[in-house]
Amino acid sequence: MARIGVFICHCGSNIAGTVDIPRVVAEAQKLPMVVHAEDNEYTCSEVGQRSLREAIQEHRLNRVVIGACSPRMHENTFRNTVASAGLNPYLLEMANLREHASWVHGDQREAATVKAIDLIRAAVAKVARAQPLFARQIGVTKRALVIGGGIAGIQCALDIANAGFEVVLVERTPSIGGRMAQLDKTFPTLDCSACILTPKMVEVGQHPRIRLLTYAEVKEVRGFVGNFEADILQKARHVDHDKCLGCGICWQKCPARAPSEFDMGVGQRTAIYIPFAQAVPGKPVIDREHCRYQQYLEWQRAGAEGKKPPECRICEKLCPVGAIDWEQRDEMITEEFGAIVVATGYKTFDHSVYGEYGGGRYPDVITSLQLERLMSASGPTLGEVTRPSDGQPPKTVVFISCVGSRDDSVGRPYCSKVCCMYLAKQSIMLKEHDPEVQSYIFYIDIRAGGKNYEEFVRRAQEEAGTVYIRGRVSKTYPEKGKLIVWGEDSLMGRPVQIAADLVVLATGIEPSEGAIELAQTLHISYDVHSFLVEAHPKLRPVETMTDGVFLAGTAMGPMDIPDSVAQGSAAAAKVCGLLSKDTLALEPMVANVNAVKCVGCLLCQQVCPFKAIDTETLRDGRIVVRINEGLCKGCGLCVSACRPGAMNLRGFSNEQLLAQVKALTR
Amino acid sequence: MSASSYAYYPGCALQGTAREYDVSTRQVCRRLDIELQELKEWACCGASSAHSLDRRLAVALPARELAIAEATGLPLVVACAMCYSRLRFAAHELEDEAKLREISSLIERECKNTTQVWHLLQVLDARDIPIARPLRGLRVACYYGCLLVRPTDITHFDDEDNPQVMDGLMHRAGAETVEWAFKTECCGAGMPFARRDIVLKLSHRILAQARGAGADCLAVACPMCHSNLDMQQLNMKSVFKDDFQIPVLYFTQLLGLALGFSPKELHINKHFVDAMPLLRGKGLA
Repeated sequence: MARIGVFICHCGSNIAGTVDIPRVVAEAQKLPMVVHAEDNEYTCSEVGQRSLREAIQEHRLNRVVIGACSPRMHENTFRNTVASAGLNPYLLEMANLREHASWVHGDQREAATVKAIDLIRAAVAKVARAQPLFARQIGVTKRALVIGGGIAGIQCALDIANAGFEVVLVERTPSIGGRMAQLDKTFPTLDCSACILTPKMVEVGQHPRIRLLTYAEVKEVRGFVGNFEADILQKARHVDHDKCLGCGICWQKCPARAPSEFDMGVGQRTAIYIPFAQAVPGKPVIDREHCRYQQYLEWQRAGAEGKKPPECRICEKLCPVGAIDWEQRDEMITEEFGAIVVATGYKTFDHSVYGEYGGGRYPDVITSLQLERLMSASGPTLGEVTRPSDGQPPKTVVFISCVGSRDDSVGRPYCSKVCCMYLAKQSIMLKEHDPEVQSYIFYIDIRAGGKNYEEFVRRAQEEAGTVYIRGRVSKTYPEKGKLIVWGEDSLMGRPVQIAADLVVLATGIEPSEGAIELAQTLHISYDVHSFLVEAHPKLRPVETMTDGVFLAGTAMGPMDIPDSVAQGSAAAAKVCGLLSKDTLALEPMVANVNAVKCVGCLLCQQVCPFKAIDTETLRDGRIVVRINEGLCKGCGLCVSACRPGAMNLRGFSNEQLLAQVKALTR
Repeated sequence: MSASSYAYYPGCALQGTAREYDVSTRQVCRRLDIELQELKEWACCGASSAHSLDRRLAVALPARELAIAEATGLPLVVACAMCYSRLRFAAHELEDEAKLREISSLIERECKNTTQVWHLLQVLDARDIPIARPLRGLRVACYYGCLLVRPTDITHFDDEDNPQVMDGLMHRAGAETVEWAFKTECCGAGMPFARRDIVLKLSHRILAQARGAGADCLAVACPMCHSNLDMQQLNMKSVFKDDFQIPVLYFTQLLGLALGFSPKELHINKHFVDAMPLLRGKGLA
């Protein structure tokens, strides 16, 4: 026999100001199986909780209804309270008298009171049929997967590994380092980007607890928190990294050339290559598309028609340790993990939609990331900034900000956040490279929120003499060896025309290629711009709605290096918190199936958004479904889809819900 | 677009100042077996005036032409860039059903807004063109003006900064086209009477750019652009002391030459800047 206690919370005046509390208590006392009803000023307070515990013991209550706020606020609090009084925590039901009654019927005392009584009656009917539930304990694989080897992923991997856990760091390109490795200097301190990054890269490469998989991609992830299984594709490098010493003779002698991805196309690399001098690992890969021997093999496979490409194989002939391996194939590696961090970073906006800026049409219109490579001492021009068209040093440089940012017409309404700062930086650096350079920056607003950021912009204006022009550019065209830039000075209210040697487009930030596919295999959400979505924008900034999967860096949205590093560390702290547990308690409010009723139609499998439904074959050959309790989120879709009524949701059983509805519609 | 019969809306400019555009259009289409059925009782599209005075009128006038064309059941082809712009604009506005009802009752004609509106460039671009006399050695600056390409969402024509349709046709006619950046810059439009200084400045810039890019002549697809670029060269001479003498031809005239028509049949002799010395020099006349 159920002995139910009802506790009505005033929530100060939040509920009591509208709802007639004594009347609700009096009505509650009349309900079947209710043996005790009381009200408290704040049930969540120490006093309120003590009163709850005492009442459970005094009245030998075995079910509790709390009429207060949303269960999202305090259900956990009260579950702990009733558990401390010796009750199963799932024998508690909350009636939301605040959000569902008092707050939405502020000036209607009678209606709110009647509704509150209804809600209490429904909750009593439901809790009367509640069963005790017990959280299942599962083990935790004490190894983390970090996807993406940019600064966020590097920081995260190092923090996790230094806390004593194993990490597998997967990077798609041949080296870790990410965008930060491409930068010349960092704002606002003008630290050399590579100088502060490479020690961390080396630490990753040498760390005994980090296994680095470069030139590799995560293809599929199965499982659930503490128990993930990931398929990682290791692309064929055609270089045996166990043998390779990284001596460099192969990439010095390779005759094939390709545009360098690392140099954003302003420089070239060979077909066997490391992306940059400080690459980690410092061992090369062979790019099959541009390798002459691979082209020769491809020509053979295609029937040996047309001109025969050279067989080359120079790298193989020169390699002192015989590390070139033409037989190497792509390989799928499957590993188990307890937690996953997604730090897949960004790429820059494709500016070709802005025909008026002339990017792609005129060689001296470049992107800011290309300028970084031209300014970098390790870049293709060894730090000499020159015009791509004629190799001359530019004297007048026009920067155009917000190229693919803050522009709804190209589907990019958001601010890319870092551009204002790197434009200031680049204009300062250009002046330092060559005092004769005059920079102009067309801007919409100067966004310099951050420690020492505003001061840095002032430095660009006052020390480097950068001219800031508020307005947009309408046209760029070549004339007599210059690029004529037409724009509007919206503060002066007049058109401006600048004859520039170089035009630099501040292309905005957008998520990396493949972010959506990865999000789909991980069951994490992404927004309309394909940025990954955090569990809560304020309070759970590096978590996702999928337990055990965390986020860091620009995969989530535009941010600068300090923010990415902070997020990498934050995600690492979350991972360590998870991996430090030996077991995890699984939420018991999940679906369960009555195999006797299941007809194996598998409709539930189709509707399940979490892939939590497996099948099994019984001894009599019948196929029925089985719930993977680690994956099930208790959404109840399968229950409503189940035609024979074999599905049930613990804590929200059909019997409970029907009783609740019946009580409401009495 | 590959139909062989089209409803043809000449528009008023092609009846007056741009007769040569109309004549050359008809010649070219006849040679290419494109039947042009001139709209019955066609009237003004509203041009540059209507939409600066009355927004309803700016839709109603071209909507009337759309309704007349709809009754023929044929796709509509226009040569004038301004008419094209107004008709496309009206078709865009009439996608709103309430607007369609309102305008239909205003023009006292049933209009379902089903007429396909094409510019002549688009129609010719999709056809085989049997070239009889390639325009070898002629360097053409294709000038599209603003009305064909903007706003892109409404005109659905081509790239708004660097369109290619006319360039492609000129290549097929055997001419060279110059790479230049002023294909769609404003020529000053309908302002030569109100603000001749602006028109001269803008048109001068376009001609200077075309000349700088090495063009022998300009090809245009808009009567208004034509009059600014051709007729105003005399005034530019007095204001800027810059005597271009650069012929400005309709693309249909150049295409007509390549199809084997004589300059006279195409009214090439009707321009202010005489194109004949150039054509003779290139052995094209």
